[in-house]
Amino acid sequence: MNGPNQAMARGAAFSVAVLVVFLAAWQWGPGLLGIPTFIVPPLSTVANEFVRMLSRNALMFHTGVTAAEVIAGFILGSLLGAFFGYMLGMSPTAEFALSPYILALQIAPKVAFAPLFIMWMGFTVYPKILVAILIVFFPVMVNVLTAIRTVDPDLINLARAFKATRAQIFWKIEFPASLPPLFAGLRIGSTLAVVGVVVGELVGGNMGLGYLLAFGEGQANTPMVFVTILMLTLVGGVAYLGVILIETRVLHYLPKRALAGF
Amino acid sequence: MSDLIRLEYRNVTMRFVEQSGKSLTAVQQVSLKVTDGEVVSLIGPSGCGKSTLLNIGSGLYAPSEGEAIVDGERVEGPNAHVAFMLQKDLLLPWRTIAENVQFGVEIQGIPLPERQKRAKTLLDNLNLGEFANHYPHQLSGGMRQRVALARTLAVDPTVLLLDEPFSAVDAQTRIVLQRELAQTLRRAGKTALLITHDLLEAVTLSDRVLVMSRRPGRIIDELMIDLPRRDDPIARRQDPKVNQYVARLMDRLDIGHTPIEQPGAVA
Repeated sequence: MNGPNQAMARGAAFSVAVLVVFLAAWQWGPGLLGIPTFIVPPLSTVANEFVRMLSRNALMFHTGVTAAEVIAGFILGSLLGAFFGYMLGMSPTAEFALSPYILALQIAPKVAFAPLFIMWMGFTVYPKILVAILIVFFPVMVNVLTAIRTVDPDLINLARAFKATRAQIFWKIEFPASLPPLFAGLRIGSTLAVVGVVVGELVGGNMGLGYLLAFGEGQANTPMVFVTILMLTLVGGVAYLGVILIETRVLHYLPKRALAGF
Repeated sequence: MSDLIRLEYRNVTMRFVEQSGKSLTAVQQVSLKVTDGEVVSLIGPSGCGKSTLLNIGSGLYAPSEGEAIVDGERVEGPNAHVAFMLQKDLLLPWRTIAENVQFGVEIQGIPLPERQKRAKTLLDNLNLGEFANHYPHQLSGGMRQRVALARTLAVDPTVLLLDEPFSAVDAQTRIVLQRELAQTLRRAGKTALLITHDLLEAVTLSDRVLVMSRRPGRIIDELMIDLPRRDDPIARRQDPKVNQYVARLMDRLDIGHTPIEQPGAVA
């Protein structure tokens, strides 16, 4: 029974091959195609810039600031989203009353609030966290709300027939049933949190990877922009991986499945 | 079987208001009694209100008129005397099999050691002991339905309401499950009201079969099943009288006039 393992090994080998080809194309492709290095700097230039930025631009400090903002925004946004998801899910009246406003807020591009928040709170970390909260809030809330809405009514009736209280129905059925969609929302939220924070940092302030992006752009330092994008991807990747690690522990009862989208 | 009445419907009428605002009568003036230890089947065309009766008995719906009485008490809401089982197993995927069996008793606040003991006994009786720590997705449909039966029995109800419990499993599994149910009901001395579409199932599992009409559902016939061995539906299937009962039920349901599969054909 090593069929699946063989398939996985083949997949991994192919994955590594793609990476090697990509890195090689990055290193030598621009030169071969005659693309100037200030448009697409080759891999080695970007690597050198990474080392330079570590000492000259406090790259790790800025990465740390962004990561902290991402984590704070993600956790607060998730908690708020889950809380409102459960509240609205259990109260059809509240959902009916609030749904037009929630929809309006959901349609509004959240990153457009960044300048407003900076005007309110100044060049601190708070407006960045607030944008992240706002942007994480919706996928989490919508997923939880939908999950609570779509719990099999026969399951609720089963619990009711056993004389379950409202609290028991929530903790024994609705809450556990909502966990898989909640984690799907958290996965989306973990990557969106990075977007929210970066936009906040781009708009104003002198800290974080978003600031380095703007700084590199101002100096026409393309390698610096590349390094910053890579670091942002790393921050988002670690956040996403963290969610997946928790998810596989919490949802251990689900049939083994390929970690979709990972 | 005694004369003690476990479950009774007195002149139960149920009306629903449709979305269009029209009132729809699902069940009209239904009266029936099920005595202690008796197994009664309820058959009838789709949408005749069989499941509505079951929901009224389990206290999930209040009837528009009339009343349901269980163990001498008027049903005012969900109560510990009644437990129901549906076509869907309704197992919770995040609970192990043993934890699923304990679901009802857990809600009722029975202490953990007692819960675990009951779950173990029931699972052992249904030959599911070795699956106690598995999760539902690891079991076949027939096994899951047996777990649902164990969960229903765990709360030790006096009356079981069964709504097409085996209609979602394959034919062979169904025969095995029918025998397990029959033996379990006999062993535990439980009273049961069984809703089914399967005429053969109704005849082989029951002491009595009630036939309902099209909507609005009324009881139009009652058939005493005078066969030995209610705890062995497989043996009952061999009995030539079964075909006569099935033929009569088909006639009452008005389904004998179109060519259909001969339900009495058994190996």
